[in-house]
Amino acid sequence: MLEYTSVAALCQAAEEEGTRLSVLVLADQAEELEVSQEVLYGRMEKNLQVMRQAILAGTMPDTKSVSGLTGGDAFRMKRYAQTGGITGGFLNRSIARALAVSEYNAAMGKVVASPTAGSCGILPGTVVSLLEEGRCTQQEAVMALFTAGAIGMVIANQASIAGAQGGCQAECGSASAMAAAAVVELCGGTPTQAAQACAMAIKNQLGLVCDPVAGLVEIPCIKRNVSGVTIAFSAAEMALAGIESKIPVDECIQAMKSVGDSMCSALKETALGGLATTPTGLQYAKLVYDKNL
Amino acid sequence: MNVLDIIGPIMIGPSSSHTAGAVRLGLVARKILGEEPKQAVIELSGSFARTYRGHGTDKALLAGIMGLQPDDERIRCSPQLAQERGLVFSFQEKEIPDAHPNTACIHLIGAQGQETTMVGASTGGGNILVTEIDQMKVSFSAQHNTLLALHWDRPGTVAAVSNYMARAHINIATFQLSRAKKGGLAIMTLEVDGEVPDEILEHLKAFDNFIAIRLIRAA
Repeated sequence: MLEYTSVAALCQAAEEEGTRLSVLVLADQAEELEVSQEVLYGRMEKNLQVMRQAILAGTMPDTKSVSGLTGGDAFRMKRYAQTGGITGGFLNRSIARALAVSEYNAAMGKVVASPTAGSCGILPGTVVSLLEEGRCTQQEAVMALFTAGAIGMVIANQASIAGAQGGCQAECGSASAMAAAAVVELCGGTPTQAAQACAMAIKNQLGLVCDPVAGLVEIPCIKRNVSGVTIAFSAAEMALAGIESKIPVDECIQAMKSVGDSMCSALKETALGGLATTPTGLQYAKLVYDKNL
Repeated sequence: MNVLDIIGPIMIGPSSSHTAGAVRLGLVARKILGEEPKQAVIELSGSFARTYRGHGTDKALLAGIMGLQPDDERIRCSPQLAQERGLVFSFQEKEIPDAHPNTACIHLIGAQGQETTMVGASTGGGNILVTEIDQMKVSFSAQHNTLLALHWDRPGTVAAVSNYMARAHINIATFQLSRAKKGGLAIMTLEVDGEVPDEILEHLKAFDNFIAIRLIRAA
């Protein structure tokens, strides 16, 4: 059985076996769950399907959250992406996918918590983007979700994946680190490079607070899913270029834990600090509470 | 924890605590009632009271009460579904002192006249903790198979149950006993390992002093 306490150890195990991390994780987790590898693969494939459906549904122009505060930005972004934008069509379409899934979540749509509902747009924005853009096969995309899941388990064990415990770095930061490792695997990188990408993604979101306006999973959560996607891609690009994190990945996770522990509770999902208590944030909150929508 | 806890579950958004957990609270209340609910009065406390409409907590609780799972797309329109099914419902904001911020008190009346009041909290990540049934303290998360036995507070009742479970080779993981008053209504909560076959439930129902038995299956 694998232990999900160190990203470096997991990646080293994959290097020693001469295989991808996802292959080890699928075998290990099938044993853990007492099901065949085919059955477990099938369940993960279902997750991928739900992500793809959420992208389609969330890109509709009339997407609107229950509070009415958000919706429709994925449609705008997809339209804009046709121009190529500044950084190219691929990245802009990926941003549109992350927005779509996050906005669909706020609209009470069906999503895959990965690792949480608040960060549910980041794996679709990265892994599904590579699939939709013809950069990998469906089977490879499903497998990459096992790699992402393994990273998430280590972070959950060693730090936290809950905004109420660790701030947004624990939700969008974790999702981005999971996605970075999955992207490296999908683009032909080694397990060691996946670990490097994971480290760099965590470092770039360290200290990110959870400050939801009106306590709802909308502002700024939806747009933070976009930054999670762009950070995952840039971390993966650096790792594939052979760049290494000067701080080892497991120490980055420890840093995330200690930063989360020292964060005051006003910045951990209580809506008592950060953007939630800006004049405009408070106005939105008043709007929501007054009519209680 | 396994890989499907991280990549998953599939759920209706927007919040695992305020939406998915709320569905589960509703499901457990329905299970405790033990029949099709016809009336529901739901009190919301703390963060549930402040943000329920934005998070769809009301729709989620109602969906669970009707037996819908956390990934059912009908959660979005559960109030209409309740109307179609003849379930009368109301929501009230009411602070429950010293309760977890995401707490609901669910009062249900069933088609055959059964009645129950359950208090429970959504504790994060879709997990729940049921804290009170019919004004008696309980504490279970519904992550294990959980047997609830409503009975009269009489000597020997606990021993009879534990002896029976031993003979049936069912291991009791946790046990809790609570009563309204001496000699009055009492409730046993048993979290058990493994499956509880239907015939065992039937046997337990026939015990002296037993009023009702419910099995809340792990979910």
